[in-house]
Amino acid sequence: MSAAEEVVAEGHEAVEAVPKRAMTLGTGTSVVVLLLLIAVPLFAKNFVIFQLTQLLYLGLAVLALNILTGGSGQFSLGQSAFYAIGAYVTAVMMEQFNVPYFLCLPVAAVLCFGAGFLFGQPALRLSGVYLALATFALATAMPQLLKLNFLEHWTGGVQGLVVTKPDAPFGLPMSQDMWLYYFTLVVVLAIYIFAVNLLRSRSGRAFMAIRDNEIAASAMGVNVALYKTLAFGVSAAITGVAGGLSAIAVQFVAPDSFTITLAIQLFLGMVVGGVGWLPGSIVGAAFIIFVPNIAEGISKGLSGAVFGVLLFLVIYLVPHGARQVAILGQQLAGRLRKN
Amino acid sequence: MELFTNQVLAGIATGAIYACMALAVVMIYQAIDHLNFAQGEMAMFSTFISWQLMQWGLSYWVAFLITLAFSFVAGIAIERILFKPLAKAPVLTNVAGFIALFAIINSSAGLIWDFTIKQYPTPFGSAPFLGSQLISTHQAGMIGVTVLLLLGLYFFFQYTRIGLAMRAAASVPESARLVGINTSWMIALGWGMATAIGAIAGMLIAPVVFLEPNMMGGVLIYGFAAAVLGGLTSPFGAVVGGFLVGIFENLAGTYIPGVGNELKLPIALALIISVLVVKPAGLFGRHIVKRV
Repeated sequence: MSAAEEVVAEGHEAVEAVPKRAMTLGTGTSVVVLLLLIAVPLFAKNFVIFQLTQLLYLGLAVLALNILTGGSGQFSLGQSAFYAIGAYVTAVMMEQFNVPYFLCLPVAAVLCFGAGFLFGQPALRLSGVYLALATFALATAMPQLLKLNFLEHWTGGVQGLVVTKPDAPFGLPMSQDMWLYYFTLVVVLAIYIFAVNLLRSRSGRAFMAIRDNEIAASAMGVNVALYKTLAFGVSAAITGVAGGLSAIAVQFVAPDSFTITLAIQLFLGMVVGGVGWLPGSIVGAAFIIFVPNIAEGISKGLSGAVFGVLLFLVIYLVPHGARQVAILGQQLAGRLRKN
Repeated sequence: MELFTNQVLAGIATGAIYACMALAVVMIYQAIDHLNFAQGEMAMFSTFISWQLMQWGLSYWVAFLITLAFSFVAGIAIERILFKPLAKAPVLTNVAGFIALFAIINSSAGLIWDFTIKQYPTPFGSAPFLGSQLISTHQAGMIGVTVLLLLGLYFFFQYTRIGLAMRAAASVPESARLVGINTSWMIALGWGMATAIGAIAGMLIAPVVFLEPNMMGGVLIYGFAAAVLGGLTSPFGAVVGGFLVGIFENLAGTYIPGVGNELKLPIALALIISVLVVKPAGLFGRHIVKRV
């Protein structure tokens, strides 16, 4: 066992370190991916565009978890709660107060940041499985809280709320689905760039120092409590925006869409994409959206089992997720260039 | 006051279930340092096996013993085949593996035995216990079995060579290996025992919650909560945690206005988190001091 492996084996909740340069794609690849994301909807049917939109906002939610877990080393099963808050804030503002949809998202972000920051306070003393249980509690409580009687006036209780889909502005010749896709793409891109820069900034380095060794980080003068709660807040804010986007795209919010299952899906997305590798978030989101469909296609009765087997295959072949595939690809490309 | 006693006793009875499940959770946690999210599904599958054996005409206790043996072997097999290759993988990858196992077992059980609710027999009978209206003989039996199980485990870990070897392998694997303990098989043994304990929990709960593929969902959450409350490093703590969670859940449902059945779980979890904030290693857990 090498020295590095021993460190990981000792502090069992430790998330493996990803160097900050390895967190993003190279410029060339980024441009290709971006062009693809812009071009594909022009040739696709509305349903496919809707699925791509779904891919983007779920990818955003996975990205948020990635900042928390991959960045600061805190594990959360409660992301579905923040996602729900974002979705509900957006839906209630749009439908009950007639606020335009693009103004709802910043409000959702701010409120979720507050919620995440506050939740981070008691969670400070917990780590590993204890933190997992605490966040899990938050996730199980959220659907029940949304059903509470005195909130029913706004939230619509068990029935939920229907949200109107926005039209393309300025009379652009676009279907609602297509407009929503590009709107989502712009929001997601902006947040992605923000996230990359955040992790490369002073705060990001503080997150990673805490992830790698909390005691050493505090000895270096990092305010551990502040940065841990900050990571929770930022992650919750981004998750909230993702939730808001989902409410607009799905045109419906109901308490039972935000159960622990959603939190588990986001977690799986993060693992499949590669913990700490931001571009992997989209790959992970693709896994949690499309693989259940594939499993259903292979066998209706056993779709859960097929999904499980596929998941096992992925973690056997690439225990570090899509990041590992990317690194392999890079090495291969490097070797080809040399020859 | 009578209401209070009633609720406490009912809480102890459900607590026995949580205690069993928590015991299984702690067993695996001790062996591999992970919470096994598929534990409940494994217990459910074992319970279905025993049900099937009884359908084929075996008596309760014969089916019980065969199921225990099956679960023990199956637990070892799952470790050897599925999780040993992942031993070096990142922790979160292992968690994903547990979720995958959960999906596989749940879906297969649904396919083999379908999702209809089935009656499950109790070996203790369902008459009131000792003429009291407070708990039934089945509930008393559950408490009895849990206590016996705990005593058995205590003796196993304190007074047998293999129990000592398992404890050594769990606490300091490197040194254990140096004195000739096969730590890899100790882990597999931990899986086998945890699966068997889970099977006992499943077979005790089945008469109460009825047999169906999703029967363990709620129970496992309480089992985790109990294990974490009692301290993940202490089987005794897990059992106490189980009873405490059971009692508290019942009292909260009765006395806190507006809680009812819907908010019982969140309230119970909120309590546990408040305990953890004060005592981060749980009530009976060892606080592990790490060298920097």
